[in-house]
Parts: sequence; C-alpha cells; structure tokens
Amino acid sequence: MTDTASLPRRNGSAPALRLAKRVAGLALTLAATFLGLLAITFVIGRVIPIDPVLAVLGERATAEQYEAAREAMGLNQPLWVQFGLYVRDALSGDFGKSLVTAKPVLEDVARVFPATLELATIATIFGVLFGIPAGVIAATRPGSLADQLVRLIGLMGYSMPVFWLGLMGLLVFYGELGWVGGPGRLDTSYEFMYELDVPARTGMILIDTALAGQWEIFANALSHILLPAGVLGYYSMAYISRMTRSFMIDQLGQEYITTARVKGMPEWRVVWVHALRNVMVPLITVIALSYANLLEGSVLTETVFAWPGLGLYITHALFSADMAAVMGGTIVVGTVFILLNMLSDVLYRLIDPRARA
Amino acid sequence: MLITLPSRMARSAALGVLSAVLALSPVAGRAETPADTLVIADKIDDIVSLDPAESFEFSGNDLLNNAYDTLVELDPRNLGPLVPGIAESWSLADDGVTYTFKIKSGLKFHSGNPIRAEDAAWSIQRAVKLNKTPAFILTQFGFTPENVDGLVTASGDTLTIVTDKPYAPSFFYNCLTAVVSSVVDKETALANEANGDLGYEWLKTNTAGSGAYALRSYKPSESYVLEAVPGYWRGEPALRRVFVRHVAEPATQRLLLEKGDIDIARKLTPTDVEGVSSNDAIRISNEQRGRIFYLAANQKDPRLANPKLVEAMKYLIDYQGMADSFLKGSYMVHQAFLPRGFLGALEETPYSLDIEKAKGLIAESGVTDLKFTLHVRNDQERLEMAQSMQNTFAQAGITLEFKTGTGKEVLGDYRARTHQLVLEAWGPDYPDPHTNADTFARNPDNSDEAKLTGVLAWRNAWPAAEVNDLTNAAVLEKDADKRASMYIEIQRIHQRAAPFAEMFQRIEPVAMRKNVEGFSGGGSIHSAFYWTVTK
Repeated sequence: MTDTASLPRRNGSAPALRLAKRVAGLALTLAATFLGLLAITFVIGRVIPIDPVLAVLGERATAEQYEAAREAMGLNQPLWVQFGLYVRDALSGDFGKSLVTAKPVLEDVARVFPATLELATIATIFGVLFGIPAGVIAATRPGSLADQLVRLIGLMGYSMPVFWLGLMGLLVFYGELGWVGGPGRLDTSYEFMYELDVPARTGMILIDTALAGQWEIFANALSHILLPAGVLGYYSMAYISRMTRSFMIDQLGQEYITTARVKGMPEWRVVWVHALRNVMVPLITVIALSYANLLEGSVLTETVFAWPGLGLYITHALFSADMAAVMGGTIVVGTVFILLNMLSDVLYRLIDPRARA
Repeated sequence: MLITLPSRMARSAALGVLSAVLALSPVAGRAETPADTLVIADKIDDIVSLDPAESFEFSGNDLLNNAYDTLVELDPRNLGPLVPGIAESWSLADDGVTYTFKIKSGLKFHSGNPIRAEDAAWSIQRAVKLNKTPAFILTQFGFTPENVDGLVTASGDTLTIVTDKPYAPSFFYNCLTAVVSSVVDKETALANEANGDLGYEWLKTNTAGSGAYALRSYKPSESYVLEAVPGYWRGEPALRRVFVRHVAEPATQRLLLEKGDIDIARKLTPTDVEGVSSNDAIRISNEQRGRIFYLAANQKDPRLANPKLVEAMKYLIDYQGMADSFLKGSYMVHQAFLPRGFLGALEETPYSLDIEKAKGLIAESGVTDLKFTLHVRNDQERLEMAQSMQNTFAQAGITLEFKTGTGKEVLGDYRARTHQLVLEAWGPDYPDPHTNADTFARNPDNSDEAKLTGVLAWRNAWPAAEVNDLTNAAVLEKDADKRASMYIEIQRIHQRAAPFAEMFQRIEPVAMRKNVEGFSGGGSIHSAFYWTVTK
C-alpha cells in the first residue's frame, strides 16, 4: 500500500529532481569556470612584465605621481586582497574602468562586441553553407576530382595567413574590381547617416538598419561585411568541410547505410538524409566551436579591415596594459564559450533521441 | 582567445609581396569623401584622455589643438612667432615675473558661455591642482596646488600670472601654447563635476573648449568626429566636419587613400609612400617632426662612464647608411637633442661611421670587457636600427646583446637605471628648447634617492656637470637671440661629452589627395591644425 502510494509521487518528482540536479550541476560548473577564468586573468594581469601604472601615466611621470597613481589603483595592497576585491567587483558586474577609454569595461564591450558578433555570424553562415555540402560531396566520392578540390581548398584555408588573404581580398575585390566596400563597417558618408538616422538597438548595423528601414545604409554595410566575413568564413569552411568529410566517410561505411542502399533507397536520400543526420551530431560541436573561435574576435582580420571588434579591443588593451579591459573582455569571451557549449548540448539532445534519455 | 600572430618574417614577406603587387597596379580612385568633410586615417589608439590637463599623446593633442584655444598661439602657416589666441595683448612687468593678459571680449565657448579671464585663470589652476602628467609644463614656473590660486588671478578682463623666477619670456609664452594651457569652459566643466574632480572624469571623453571644432562623437581607438563651430572667431573653417578614423594597418590606409575613401593618410610606411608617389591624384608632404632617436649609455656601469669608449660608440653608428636604406623618407640624420624647427637647434652632424677611429678610441679607453646589452623596444624600425649597430659595433670588437621588450618593459628598466645601453626615442613636450634641454642636459641630483625618473640625464646617471649651469641660465635669458646661441653651445658640449648619441629626427610623410590644401601636422613643435584645411 505504502509502496503503491509512494510510487506515483516518486515518478512525479523524479524528472523535477533530475532537472534541479542538472541545473545545480550546471550552475556549479558555471561558477567554477568563472572563478577559474577570474583567477587566470588576474594572474596573467599580475605576471606580465608590463607596469600598469606607467601605462596610465606615460614615461614623463615623476616618482610622486607614480606612487599616487599606484595607490589609487590599489596596487599597493597585498595580492590576495587585490584578488578578493576583483572577484567582489566582478560578481557585482563591475569590471572597472578601462584605462584607455575611460569608460566602464562592460560599456566598451557592449560597444565592440556587436561588430564581432555580426561578422562572426555571417562568417559562420558562409562556413556552414559551403563547408557541409563540400564535405559531403568529397566524402561520397573519395579520391575524385571533387574530393581533391575540397581538400586543396581546405588545406589552403589552413595554411594561408589570414591577414595576407584579407589584404589580397581588399586589393582585388575593393581596390581593383570595386565589388565590395573597403575597410571599416561603413563608408564615411553612411557612417554619419547611420549615426544620425538609425537608432542603435543591437549595435549590429545590418539588423539596426533593417529594423529602421534604412536599406541604403544596409546595402553599404553589407558590401563592407562581405569581404571580411568571406575571409573568416573561408577558414571556418575549411575546418567544417574537412570534419564533415571525415565524419561522413565514417558513417557511409556503416551497416545501416548498406541496408538502406540494399532496400533500394535513392542514393541522395541515403547520403543527405540518413548519413547526414547522424553526422550532424558531432558536426554541431564542430560548428559551435568554430563559431566561438570567431566570436572571440579575429585580431588580424579586424586589424586589416579596420573592424572595431572585440579581438582588436582586447589586443589593444593587452598592449596598453589595460588589465581591467583585458579581464572584462576575457570574461565575455569565456561566457560566450560556455553559452555556446550549452547551446550545442541542447541541440545535440534535440537531434539525437538517445541523448534525451 | 584566438590570437594568431604569425612570425614577423612571414608577415614581412607577405607585406613585401603585397607592396610589390600594389606598386604594379595603381588603383583608380572611384569613391569620394563628402565635400564638406575631411576624412583622415590615422592611428589614434594612443589617446588616453581628452582632458587638456591630462592629454599628452600625439593623437589626443591633435584633437584638442582644434577643440580648444590658448591665450597665445602658434600660427599654423608660420610655426614659430606667437600670435594672439584668446588674449588680445600681453605684457611683462619690470619685475620680470608678473605677466598680464587682456582677454578679447565677445568670444564664446562651444556651450555659448562667454570666455572670461576667470576661465583662463581657472584652467591653469585646474591643471596644476589635478597634477596629471603634463602639469609640469606649468608647475615648472613655481605653481603648486597650494599657491596657484594666489599666483594666477583674474580681474575683469585681465589675467595676471606671477612666476617664481624671472624666466625668459619666450619660454613662458611658448609653454602657454601647449595643450595643457588650453582655456576650459569653467561653467560647463563644473556642471559635470563629480566628487570635486573639477570635471576630470567627464572631460576625459568630452570637450568644453572654444576652438574651431567641437567634438561631436568619440569612440576610443575607433574614430572621432569634429564639427565646425558656427561663428568661430577666426572665421568658420572651410570644412564642416573632420572625421578621423583609426586604421592601424598602413597598407589599408594606402588602399583607402588610393580609392579616395579618405583625404589624408598619416601613417604610411616608406614603402607605401614610394608606392603612392607615382599616383597623380595623391600628394606627399614631408613634415619634420619632433621625435629624436638616440643611443644612451648608463654611467652606472663604470665602463660606460669612460668618455673614450662612449666617444668610440658615437663613431660606430652608421647614421647615413640607415637613413639611406630602411629609414629612408621617415628619418633624417640629426645629432643634437633639439629637433630642427626649435629655437637654437644645432644642425651640425660631426659623427659618422669610422671603424678605425673607434678602434683607436677603444684602445685609448683601456676597457677590455666589451660585451654590453642593448635595451630596445620590440618594433621593426628599432630592431633594424639595433641590428645595424650590432653589426658595426662588432667590427670594432664590441658585442651587443639585445634585450627586447614592449615599450613598458624597456621603460621599466630604463627608469630604474638598470640598463647598460638603450635605444630610445624622445619627443618634445612643449614648443620651447627648454623642453629637451631640461631632460637631456640638466640633472639637478644624480643620486638614486632623487628618483628623477622623467629626466634622461638622470636615467643614464650622467651628472651633466658640464651643462647644468648653462641650461639653468638659458631658461632665464631674456634676449631671444642670445638664448638661441646659448642652446647651440649647450648642444655642442652635449654632443661631445654626454653619454648620448642622438641619431635621427623624424620626418613624417603625410599623403593626401591632391585637392586637399592647408593641412599642417604641426611640424616638430606642435599638433595638427584641421581648421586651415580646404578641399
């Protein structure tokens, strides 16, 4: 009696408990990861041989000015106190002010991140749209001309320095042919129009201009993003196509594929539906990782294309010993990484029924 | 984080290929900048603050020079003689220390507030009280946060400033043209004051001046836009807007200029300059700038206190060879601490590469341990100079080992006097010869405790006994001609006796579209002027 009475209750509470456990586990992982991130960025900030005080004052500063600034920055306190203060501030969302821009780091990151997000998203779309079909085609005909071509393109994508490809792309498609816009996110005249006529909602020019119905600026922004996104997308495509190829070759050798073929299923269905569906599971992780890499900001691409994104911001902060900005930026990157990992986890469950159990 | 920095060699090789391709394919200009806007590509990530009391970097000063006015100013068309700024007249009393300035009437700040003598007095008091890095330009006249309110006073339309010594008037006036002496709109700054900071936090990213242009938008390390102020007292600028965009990569700047997407490119490499020089739509203007490259020897190392050895080193630098090869078009040989363009700059270049003479001097010096470390910053230009020196020094038996690092790393050792040899650069802080004399040729206290870390003579443990008195006297000399000849004498002594081998002065090629007229980068003594530009 007691057993039967308790059964439904146990059954009812089990999923909730599992969910709670999962959420708690996730929160714990998140907290540990964040603390690790904070510790690493903090240590890096203290061990690099750059003097943050000189970074603020410049080389002409007198000894008194130096001491005063050192004290004001809290650098005269013991390390563990500094770390404690840092964690406390970070937990309350305060990453301090950037030395270089004199603005709260979060505000800076909110300004530069949309530029990177926009670029990385379009690059990843390029990478997926071209990379997956290329990989599948190469896998279905191993050793063929198409396969060799895909491998060659992939190899080139791995081995060509991105800044070189970027500069060459600019020279040809912007300088010579005039097909695309030049460096920067907009032409100068559109930059003014964008500032005056387009309310900043997301910071992503393509979305903001589309929402405001400013199609002329949208077109200009699109012409500016195509080339850098193309260059980054090329790298992403090289990676995705190689991974797709190897996953596909693996799947196409499986018994269920032979069974499907024996049953007389059309070859396109065997490849593009049955095999690809199974390949999608590991592929999602590949795409998410590649997207995360791009979201961290590609410093060299951003330099060549004068693209004011996160990678450029963090690098510049690093060179200027602007540790608040470096740490803030790194936390954002870390968060993005964690979130994308979670997202791929969720997608993984959606696609693979076995993972739902 | 994904930061894929390729090796420098790979990068140079790729840039070389690109430059070659660029040289073969002149790009036709199609796009155009807006007719009422001056578009400049520059590197502006050095800006730390837009507060005139704090700004001390090239790009920040370029901006502020156009957004603020000073009491007396330099004429952009003829850098040197002073012209009225906000003051219509000025004079020095017979006591040699009391200066009075009569402020022009009817002038307004961008906010619409009238410009008063009170604003001018407050601006100087503020800079002294905030005591940021450039404050020394003012405090060297005896002002302290405690006494400045009594020494800098306003009454009606008259500003009175009392200095602690009867300095050379030219020295005092020249310092008043520096950015730190800009006249700030007191009311606006105080309206944005937080915790008694005199508007410091707010002015870091905003302006409150009366210059030809007002700051319209500022995105750090990205861009800034200046907008012409209607009814500016010198006459409205011809161009309504100035848009300065941060473009870090010189090759990208060049491409933008060739396409006509920008009007001026300020950071081209010599290769890029050569590449665009054949383009009919582009003009190059070579401006002498104030930056001096020098080799310095720390006399804390007894070997480097040996005058013969130091002299030998001065004969072991291939000045002309470097200036004709990898520095071509960006540096000229210059062997004195005052850059050309300054009052009393010495243009003599007595040293040239002479291995035999150097060998003789080394033998005379009696120094046998000839192994030294050379601190050098990790950038291509400097490393190439260092490599050239390593090669020529080796020919006389001196072994140079490099200690490379970022600017801050090198500076850390340099300020702590723990280096042996250092290859460094110095730019003047204000348009008066004392700016460099004060650091190269004056060392009031050579002890470690003095911690005069901003003084180059101190950093190299050189007591400067030969020139201290002369430098102190030159800054008080009333007669400008006599003052100039005193600086020439100081430089001659310095050239011979100091552990410094000045090597090069910067030439900055500014590439602009043919239709751009009237741009001045400020020469060796000042910052850029935008309000004179037409196109």
